[in-house]
Amino acid sequence: MSLVFDIALVSGLIALALHVVVGRDGKGAIVAFIAFGLLLGLAWVRLAAIDVALTEAAIGGGLTGMLLLKAQAHLASRASRATPAFERNWHVPALFCGAVTLGLGYAVLSFPHPAPSLAREAVAAIDATGLGNPVTAVLLAYRAIDTLLEKIVLILALIGVWSLSTDNAWGGASYLRPAMVPEPLIFLARVLPPFGVLIAVYQVWVGADAPGGTFQAGTILAAMWLLVLLAGLRAAPETRLPTLRMMLAAGPALFILVGLMGVAVAEGFLSYPPAIAKPLIVVIEVALTLAVGGTLALLVSGPPDRAPKP
Amino acid sequence: MSAIALTSASLFGLCGSALVGIGLFCVIAHPELLRRLVGFNILGAGIFLVFGAVSRRGAAMGLGGDPVPQAMVITGVVVAFAATALAIALLRRLASLTGTATLDPTSPEPSETAARSEA
Repeated sequence: MSLVFDIALVSGLIALALHVVVGRDGKGAIVAFIAFGLLLGLAWVRLAAIDVALTEAAIGGGLTGMLLLKAQAHLASRASRATPAFERNWHVPALFCGAVTLGLGYAVLSFPHPAPSLAREAVAAIDATGLGNPVTAVLLAYRAIDTLLEKIVLILALIGVWSLSTDNAWGGASYLRPAMVPEPLIFLARVLPPFGVLIAVYQVWVGADAPGGTFQAGTILAAMWLLVLLAGLRAAPETRLPTLRMMLAAGPALFILVGLMGVAVAEGFLSYPPAIAKPLIVVIEVALTLAVGGTLALLVSGPPDRAPKP
Repeated sequence: MSAIALTSASLFGLCGSALVGIGLFCVIAHPELLRRLVGFNILGAGIFLVFGAVSRRGAAMGLGGDPVPQAMVITGVVVAFAATALAIALLRRLASLTGTATLDPTSPEPSETAARSEA
């Protein structure tokens, strides 16, 4: 029975992906992609990866979808020219991509038996971290360097986005509020954020022992902030504000600091002394959640387009 | 691991392979740049799903799957989002400067008015 459900899910995913490629309407393709992200979240639940499912639904479907819709509206107003058609010799890339799919499919079907797994090692060492969720343990303890570098990638991407602003808008704010704000949006922007913040706090807290964690919570915070900005209830912050920049840098900076502390009092960079491993990880998670939320929201907002107030 | 779990993991792995092909084709062949970015995200989703199949097959010790590939996918999703945001900012700048959202070589040179309205 569950296999039937899986087959339906897989068919839906592939049909939506095909629609994105061949669809004529640009906006329709992006809406299909958002639906694709949500279905993909379900697929991750079926693969018993709830942490990934939460991240995928929030970032893959939600934030990326919003980013794409915003860009589509912008491009549709700027680029008036009609969409060019596919090139006539599209068969060659199609054959090439089909070959890639067949090769990957062959690799999937010839995975080794028994399957290699690090689950045993992950569970064996988890007591030293004081955590209960092995995925969080991998993210913030065993492979903390990956997570640290990823935060730095986020900051670098934000610097890249900001640097695409025009000279006179540098340091200003980006204008998200539409010319006409519908009443229901204002209502939602007043009612939802308290619940969103509560859910985000809950996600950070249970992330140590159950599915959840910094990325998921940060994304929810980002979504709530974007909702308030979109409804025009608060103005977007000017990107030159030192407090804003400090908040964005605080997460990774604290992470690096704790990492260096590990060299002094534990076994090396990014290793925690077992006695205080859990409090350290929770402190890092809280700082990272704020930084991730801010960075994600500002990435969606895009480059500043208003000159800073003198 | 039961036979059903095995089949289901392989099924999602195969779905991931198909998505890689579809996304790759979109990235290579689609004339619209924005659609290529969507294709890039589908390509990434396909690769992550293959990882998911690997993770599911590695279920052991009472866990539903191997946590290491899962953590890598979470990191990957966030990095893919950062890359998409940067690419979209570049694309919007391109459209502002040239009035076009394609890399079509037959596009005319950036028009004077578009450049001036941006400056």
